[in-house]
Amino acid sequence: MAMKHGRGVAAVNYPTGMNLGGDPTQALVHSTPTGNFMVTLSSVDLGQGMKQIMAQICAETIGVPTERVIVDTADTDTGPHCMGTFASRGTHRAGNAVIAAAKEARQVMLEVAAEELEVNASDLDTDGAGNIHVRGAPQRSISIFDTALAAHFKRGRSISGRGMFLIPRSYPDTETGAMKPSTCYAHACTVAEVEVDDETGEVNVLTVKNVFEIGRALNPKMVEQQLVGGSWMGISHALYETTEPYYPSREHGGRDFNEYLMPGPGDLAETEVIVLERPAADGPYGAKGPGEMCANPQIPAIANAIFDAVGVRVDTLPITPERILRALKAKAAQESAEAVAH
Amino acid sequence: MTKVPVQFVLNGEEKAEFVESGATLLRALREKIGDTSVKAGCQQGTCGSCAVVVDGELRLSCLTLAERCGGCSIETTGGLAHGEVLHPLQRAFNEGFATQCGFCTPGMIMAAKALLDRNPQPSREDVVEAISGNICRCTGYEPIIQAILAAARANSLSAA
Repeated sequence: MAMKHGRGVAAVNYPTGMNLGGDPTQALVHSTPTGNFMVTLSSVDLGQGMKQIMAQICAETIGVPTERVIVDTADTDTGPHCMGTFASRGTHRAGNAVIAAAKEARQVMLEVAAEELEVNASDLDTDGAGNIHVRGAPQRSISIFDTALAAHFKRGRSISGRGMFLIPRSYPDTETGAMKPSTCYAHACTVAEVEVDDETGEVNVLTVKNVFEIGRALNPKMVEQQLVGGSWMGISHALYETTEPYYPSREHGGRDFNEYLMPGPGDLAETEVIVLERPAADGPYGAKGPGEMCANPQIPAIANAIFDAVGVRVDTLPITPERILRALKAKAAQESAEAVAH
Repeated sequence: MTKVPVQFVLNGEEKAEFVESGATLLRALREKIGDTSVKAGCQQGTCGSCAVVVDGELRLSCLTLAERCGGCSIETTGGLAHGEVLHPLQRAFNEGFATQCGFCTPGMIMAAKALLDRNPQPSREDVVEAISGNICRCTGYEPIIQAILAAARANSLSAA
């Protein structure tokens, strides 16, 4: 009986969103009289930072500082339609919808500014700091604040835009079954090192080294947050968490946080996260969905590391000490039966 | 149900309320006094999101009877900032991206405050021990541990 060391590797291709019936998100953008911009969405910020990212995307597209954008989310009674925040689709789908809406709003904004400056709208550009100027002649300019005031009180224009993003439904080819379930994939690879106690079946994850390819990181610190937390959650799914440990039997499910296990601050593996950026062709400013993807590759990597350590394949999650011990027992029984047969 | 009077100091301010006999400190703070910086999570003492500091000690407000807090001094995250100026722990959590959905954050910060108040220069192990009763779903804990260590370093710099 001993502590056995093992190392496992796994890689995932992870679709951004799902289009099993069409996958739409819509967005509305409008300016207030003082030239702030309001993004209205039904999409939900669950804490992953959608409000911040949508504000950045809107600001970048219109050409104003991020602080000038307010994002209102999560009211399906009053907001434009969104399929929801799931399947790592928020940044990609809502982001594309916000770009479309912001482009339309920007066009109206430039038209109003053109009337005020008595120039052609196609000659105008934004400086990103709250001003609109004639391209090549920065002194010929008007602030976005004054442009919004003019639109509201003088020109009778609504500086606003509608944005739609729809990945159309993909139907399988009747002959081959081939279809296009997603247009955009994020990727990850994890190497996990574990120590397995073959007497108790306990697994200690020593290190997880992850590489994530996520399109473009629109907010690098928030991406890092998501990936570090996701890597931890992957370990949790591999070894700890389940509501029904003996599924389909409902018995022995955790009833509280004493019984529903997750690794705590004392159980952390040494974690490394590397981000690769390969902008997605159809992503908002190249972004893909890093959300769910980042909690997946740790699971097969740890299962492979356990196999490397003690030679058993546990194919039911979570890989509990009980399952490892049962597998070791079955393996020993099989080996002794084979020895007798010889 | 019988109502009982309780009087305590909350974040430096005198408070007096009638609460139902057997009401938890969590209910008294959130529903009677309106301090919703204290979060109601599992409400059975296993998640740590309701943690407050009572007379310098970390307590789970969901397991503490309000009427046993008479005369006590209670601290919550609601009282940490001075106007616009954040507490060093709040600043460290903010700058270190140690919060995502934010629900565990008040409990984490109070657990950290109780630690730093009695041990201004904790080791990583001390920090892990101090927050081991608090559950976080989002961060993987590492950013929280780092933020608490950063707040301790910032405190020692400002003290020096």
